[in-house]
Amino acid sequence: MLLRPNPSSGVPIYLQLMEQVKHGIETGALRPGEQLPGIRPLAEELVINPNTVAKAYRELEHEGVIELRHGAGAFVSRNARAKGATDKLRAAQTIITTAVEQLRKRGVTDEEIRRLFEAVLSGLNRTGGNGD
Amino acid sequence: MTDTFIIDIADLQKNYDGVEAVRGLNLQVPAGSICGFLGRNGAGKTTTIKILLGMARATSGQAHVFGLRTDLQESSVDIRRRTGFVSDDKDLYGYFTVDEMIRFTAAFFPRWRPDLEQRYRRSFGLPADRRIKALSRGTRTKLALLLALCRGAELLILDEPTSGLDPAMTEEVLQALVSHVAGEELTVFFSSHQIPEVDQIADRVAIIHAGRLVLSGALDDLRENFRRIQLVFDGDAPVALFRSPGVERMDRKGRELTVLSSAGAEGVVAEARALNPISVEVAPVTLKEIFLETVSKED
Repeated sequence: MLLRPNPSSGVPIYLQLMEQVKHGIETGALRPGEQLPGIRPLAEELVINPNTVAKAYRELEHEGVIELRHGAGAFVSRNARAKGATDKLRAAQTIITTAVEQLRKRGVTDEEIRRLFEAVLSGLNRTGGNGD
Repeated sequence: MTDTFIIDIADLQKNYDGVEAVRGLNLQVPAGSICGFLGRNGAGKTTTIKILLGMARATSGQAHVFGLRTDLQESSVDIRRRTGFVSDDKDLYGYFTVDEMIRFTAAFFPRWRPDLEQRYRRSFGLPADRRIKALSRGTRTKLALLLALCRGAELLILDEPTSGLDPAMTEEVLQALVSHVAGEELTVFFSSHQIPEVDQIADRVAIIHAGRLVLSGALDDLRENFRRIQLVFDGDAPVALFRSPGVERMDRKGRELTVLSSAGAEGVVAEARALNPISVEVAPVTLKEIFLETVSKED
């Protein structure tokens, strides 16, 4: 199963689902046009609130990542990722992967890395920094 | 006004022999939600549930279910007809067999759902001819849940539905609830001590402490808004005052200052920069931590 949120992590479950769908698309595990599980079967399988699944799907549709076809279900958008966006993200992923590897080599734990990322992001948002 | 919420409680107060079990409770549960009702033992959860079901009378204040008053005989009967209730002790008639108990209950409810009955009999694996007193606690819970789910209720009120169940059975019960909610127009209000299960299936949460509501809202909003900000300084942490809204708690310990915020981290982080910390870390706060914070407050 591609989607596997952790309800106790403190991160909203619908955001986790959204990230996992996007990640699936970026890695190619989900292809454009491919059908996603229905709200009810997915809620039953993951034993989470159906409203949460519905919210994740609504937000993903709003972002143009998936399409909700009435009565037919949810599908990965044909143009889920324009090529430029994919390239940009791939480059970003390389940078982050390198950074994370270096930090791990220095003995920084994953949990610490996660917290540092969050701290940096919160700080930049506030000051309108340009991310260098 | 009241009919936008399935449950609407305003300034509810209940005294038992001079003891204030509920002290000015305000709580709303919107239609279609699964609302987890959390609180320590003695916080007033069961008393609140009893008042909703007309099993206890409020000292003052009002509680409405489906927009109907809970303290009037006639509307209370209507509320109970439309509500499925599983009590903490799952009191059923011990000398009945499973089959007899189901037939007996079905007879009271014109909207009884034979289709669901068949489904849950099968999926719960209930032994039709076994006497209830010979059932395990888990099986008895599943029977009580079947009786509540099959009556075509618009509201389910569950008082600690999974207490005493093993993890596999808990998952089965939660799955039945999730699946039921996905298929029917239903609101669920359940009290629990199991924070992981509230995390898993609830989309709203209400935390009660010493008879008062201390926190309620959409669970995802709480997860998005609560942050723990940890500041470390070169020397002793300064005695700082943050003006940002949502600062719930501050702990100073040696070189560390920890701030719990219910309104995101950005404001606090921005203010903290002026204090020149050598490190700033932000972490999400789990429901368990939120619960422990809110029920340990002085009142």
